[in-house]
Amino acid sequence: MPLKRLPDKAPELTAFEAGYLVSPNGEWRSVRPVIDMERCVRCGQCYLYCPDGAISPEISVDYDFCKGCGICAKICGKGAVAMRKESDYAQLHQRK
Amino acid sequence: MSARDLDAREFFFGHKACAGCGGSLAVRIALKVLGERTVAVLPAGCMSAVGFNFPQLAFTNNALITPFAAAASVMTGIEAGLRRRSVKNVRVVGFAGDGGTADIGLQALSGAIDRGDNILYICYDNEAYMNTGIQKSGLTPHGARTTTTPHKGSRRPKKDMLAIVAANGVNYTASASIGYLDDYMRKIKKAAGITGAKYIHVLAPCPTGWGVNTDETVEIAREAVDVGFWPLREYENGTWITNRAPSRPQDLERHIKRQGRFKIEKRYQED
Ligand SMILES: Cc1ncc(C[n+]2csc(CCOP(=O)(O)OP(=O)(O)O)c2C)c(N)n1
Ligand code: SF4
Ligand code: SF4
Ligand code: SF4
Ligand SMILES: [Mg+2]
Repeated sequence: MPLKRLPDKAPELTAFEAGYLVSPNGEWRSVRPVIDMERCVRCGQCYLYCPDGAISPEISVDYDFCKGCGICAKICGKGAVAMRKESDYAQLHQRK
Repeated sequence: MSARDLDAREFFFGHKACAGCGGSLAVRIALKVLGERTVAVLPAGCMSAVGFNFPQLAFTNNALITPFAAAASVMTGIEAGLRRRSVKNVRVVGFAGDGGTADIGLQALSGAIDRGDNILYICYDNEAYMNTGIQKSGLTPHGARTTTTPHKGSRRPKKDMLAIVAANGVNYTASASIGYLDDYMRKIKKAAGITGAKYIHVLAPCPTGWGVNTDETVEIAREAVDVGFWPLREYENGTWITNRAPSRPQDLERHIKRQGRFKIEKRYQED
């Protein structure tokens, strides 16, 4: 799997710009959360409880870093998060 | 505290913890409460293993790994170094596992408390040595199967870390759960405002080691409080306070039975 933000040159030091080289985790997923924005009341519970910080405070999912654990779907009191099979999104999965 | 009071930035992001990992949620939220001017100190354990993947770093604040036994001592050294250099408004926070805290790191923690060092030590308790493959620790509860207690489960009670640090003379201590983040966030914020040694013990279920689904960790952590398995308590100035009394003790058995680690094969069952 190609790394997304790999520098051209191998780094010479152990001191990197923080957060810079983190490779995505989205390919771990077998199911993905899909938020129904009509039902969502923006209470922020899914943003708060996501172990990966993959939901922004504005309630949009970062599919590069969501691992598909399903915690957001369980915590949502409005039933606004559905877990959908990743295979249905296979074409979106292809990497450049 | 609620979600709105948090720093909107992520300081623990892109980590390689298993999906649904409770420990990673505990670290992520603590750093969002404490903010950028925080040095995070992590001994060997899952959170260091999933946070520092050379040449990658999942922390955007300063963070470093310590030898397994040394988390509290390294925190002491960093705090002293910052003071010596007159660096102001920087907090030193530790994230150590249950093994790293209640077993191998206990004397370092005791020393830091005894010296009254100005540190915030957070134990994320997943109730076994997860990073090396689910071995029993001093915080594995009685009856839980691990790879070193594979048949009948642990025969020992869980050590009471809150009582231990209180007996050591800690300035502030509290139990918390990733199932009740508002309470956890409030305690971190409170501890950050107290000078001296602070200790927060947060229950952080591990789907991989507990035999629960990845979407169940928050629910299990909440339920553990509700059924009386993990009371939320606080200790300050020599007094204990209970923050949340068990609301449904009748569900204790169901709570235990839904976790794979408590399923004991018939031939190993006693009475
Ligand atoms: C001195 C020493 N002994 C053993 C190890 C191997 N080791 C690394 S992580 C770990 C388990 C840590 O368990 P815990 O502190 O509960 O954290 P968790 O992995 O569960 O998050 C062990 C035994 C080590 N790194 N150093
Ligand atoms: S938990 Fe549900 S209602 Fe609340 S912000 Fe998330 S999707 Fe919206
Ligand atoms: S499925 Fe899990 S990782 Fe993905 S956004 Fe929801 S809580 Fe976060
Ligand atoms: S083994 Fe458990 S504690 Fe370790 S990263 Fe996975 S879920 Fe988290
Ligand atoms: Mg552990």
